[in-house]
Amino acid sequence: MKAIHKLIEKTRPHFEKGGRFEKLNRTFDAFETFLAVKGDVTKKGSHIRDAIDMKRTMFHVVIAMIPVLLFGMWNVGYQHYAAIGLEVDFMDQFVFGLLKVLPLIVISYVSGLVVEFIFATIRNHEVNEGFLVSGLLIPLIIPVTTPLWMVAVATIFAVIIGKEVFGGTGMNVLNPALLARAFLFFAYPSYLSGEVWIYTGLQQGQQLVDGFSGATPLAVLATGDIQNLPSVFEMFLGTIPGSIGETSTIAVLLGALVLIATGVGSFRIMISVVAGGLFTGFLFNLFAVNPYMEIPPYYHLVMGGFAFGAVFMATDPVTATQTGSGKYIYGFLIGVITLLIRVLNPAYPEGMMLAILLMNVFAPLIDHYVVQAHIKKRLKRLQNAQVETR
Amino acid sequence: MSENNTSKQKEPLFSHRNQRLLSNPLGKDNPITVQVLGICSVLAITVQLRTSLVMAISVVAVMGLANVIISVLRKTIPPRIRIIVQLTVIASLVILVDQLLKAYIYDVSRQLSVFVGLIITNCIIMGRLEAFALNNKPWPSFLDGVGNAAGYGVVLLTVGFFRELLGSGTLLGYPVIPNFLYDLGYENNGFMILPPMALITVGIIIWVHRHRDRNLVDIS
Repeated sequence: MKAIHKLIEKTRPHFEKGGRFEKLNRTFDAFETFLAVKGDVTKKGSHIRDAIDMKRTMFHVVIAMIPVLLFGMWNVGYQHYAAIGLEVDFMDQFVFGLLKVLPLIVISYVSGLVVEFIFATIRNHEVNEGFLVSGLLIPLIIPVTTPLWMVAVATIFAVIIGKEVFGGTGMNVLNPALLARAFLFFAYPSYLSGEVWIYTGLQQGQQLVDGFSGATPLAVLATGDIQNLPSVFEMFLGTIPGSIGETSTIAVLLGALVLIATGVGSFRIMISVVAGGLFTGFLFNLFAVNPYMEIPPYYHLVMGGFAFGAVFMATDPVTATQTGSGKYIYGFLIGVITLLIRVLNPAYPEGMMLAILLMNVFAPLIDHYVVQAHIKKRLKRLQNAQVETR
Repeated sequence: MSENNTSKQKEPLFSHRNQRLLSNPLGKDNPITVQVLGICSVLAITVQLRTSLVMAISVVAVMGLANVIISVLRKTIPPRIRIIVQLTVIASLVILVDQLLKAYIYDVSRQLSVFVGLIITNCIIMGRLEAFALNNKPWPSFLDGVGNAAGYGVVLLTVGFFRELLGSGTLLGYPVIPNFLYDLGYENNGFMILPPMALITVGIIIWVHRHRDRNLVDIS
C-alpha cells in the first residue's frame, strides 16, 4: 500500500501543470483514483464523506458479473468439447474457455479505454469509470466466435457514438454495451446469428458429433422444433449454446443478489421485467396459434438473454428511468416488448437487446410523465387542503 | 468578364459578393450541415457513390435553372400564388431531369426510383427560391442556386463515399478493398448500407465541420 502511495506521489509532479507529461494529467488522475482514494479534502459546507464513488459502484457491478463470467468461460469449453465429442475433465473445459474469452475481454477494454482516455485528454475532463462495466459486458453478450477486430470496431463505435458525443458517462441515452452488440448485429449479421455460438475450431482428426446443431433454444423454437428444446433445468443451469455470459440463469441470479444487496442495481426494474415477460407469455398462451406461443411463460425467463438483460442491462442507472414508479413501467415494457419480438417477429430470434434499447430511448419520456403526474397529485391535495381550511 | 468597364454601376460577373454566393453554401452556410435541410434524400440515396453523384448533378441543374427562372419572373409573379408558381417550375424541371436520366442512365434512374421525383419537395430548393431568387437578379440567383446545390452535393458525395467504401467495399462500382484484407478476415460493414448509418455519418460530418469552424457552435 505504502509503495503505491509513494509511487503516486513521486510521479505526480510530472503530470501537473508545467510537468513533462502535463497533457496526460487526466490519464494519471484516472490511475490514481483507481489505485487509491484521492487526497482531496472537502472545502465548503458540511458533507457526509463516504467511500463509495462511481468507481466503487461500478466495481460492485463487476463483482456481480464474476459468476456469469466464470460460468460463461466454462460453458465455452464444455460446448466445444461436447460438439467434437471429446470427454475431458472440468479444468480442461474451463481453461479452454478462459483462453477463448480472455482475448475478447482484453480487446474490449483496451479499445474502449483508449477512446475514453483520448476524449478525456482532449476535453480535459476526468476519465469516467463507466467503461469498467461496459468493457466487461460487451464480451459477455457476444458469441465466442466473434472476430477480435469486430469487437474492437463495435466497442469504439459504441463509446464514441453512444457515449462521448453526448458528453461522456452519465449523459448517454443508450446503453453502450448493448449499442456495441446492436452494431455487430446489424453490421456483421452472419457473425451474430446462425451457427456461431459454439467454438468448434476443428483440428486434424476431429469431427463434429452426429446430430450437432449448435442452435440456441430461441433459434430452435423459432423453427417450431419444440422436441429438440433442452430441458428447463439445462437452460436454468446454462449448459446451452448462446452468448458467453447469457446462458446461465443461476449465475445471473447470483449476480442479481450482489446487485440488490449492495443497492447498485434496481430490484424494481428486475422484478418488473420478469413480470412483463410472464404476463406477455400468459397472453400468448391464451391466444396461442402456434407451438411457440404455447410454451409455458417461465421458459422465456431461462432462455436467451432474458435474465442477463433484466439484471445487468436494464438496470443500468444512466439509461434506465430514474423515478420509482417509472422503473416499474420501464421494466414491464421491456419484458413485454422482448416477448413480442421473440415470438411474433421471425427475423429476430432474440428480443432483449432491441427491447432494452427501445425503452432506453423512452426512459426520459416515462420519467417526465411520472413526475408530472406526481406534481398534479400533490397540487390537487394542496388545493383540497386549502378548501377545507377555508 | 464584363467588357464595358465604362459603366461603373455594373457589377463584375464574379464580384466578391457573387463569389461568396457560390462559396458560402459550401462551407459556413451549408444547407445540410448547418441548416439541416434536405436530410431525407441524404439518407435514402447515398448507399452508392454513383447514385449520390447523379443525384448531386441533378439537384445542381434543377436548382440553378429554377432560381434563374423564378428570378426572371420575379416581378410578374403575384405574391399570393408564388408558392404554386415555384412548385410548377421545380416540378417541370424535375420531370425533365427524370426523363433525361431514364433515357441515358436507366440503371441509375431505377436505383434512384422515387427520389428523383422527390427533388420537388426538397426544402433546400424551395427555401432558396423564397429567400433569394424572388428578390435578386438572375445571375446572382443562378450562382446562389448552384452554390447551395453544390453544398448539398458535397455532403451527399462524402456520405456516399464512406457508405459505399465501408458498406460494399467498392467505389463507383469498382472494388477498392484489396483482396488480401478479405483473406485476413475483413468484412464489409452491413450497417453502413442501412439508413441509420447515413444519419450517423451526416452527424459526424456536422461534428467535424463545427469542430473546424468554431463560429458555428451555438452557445446558448
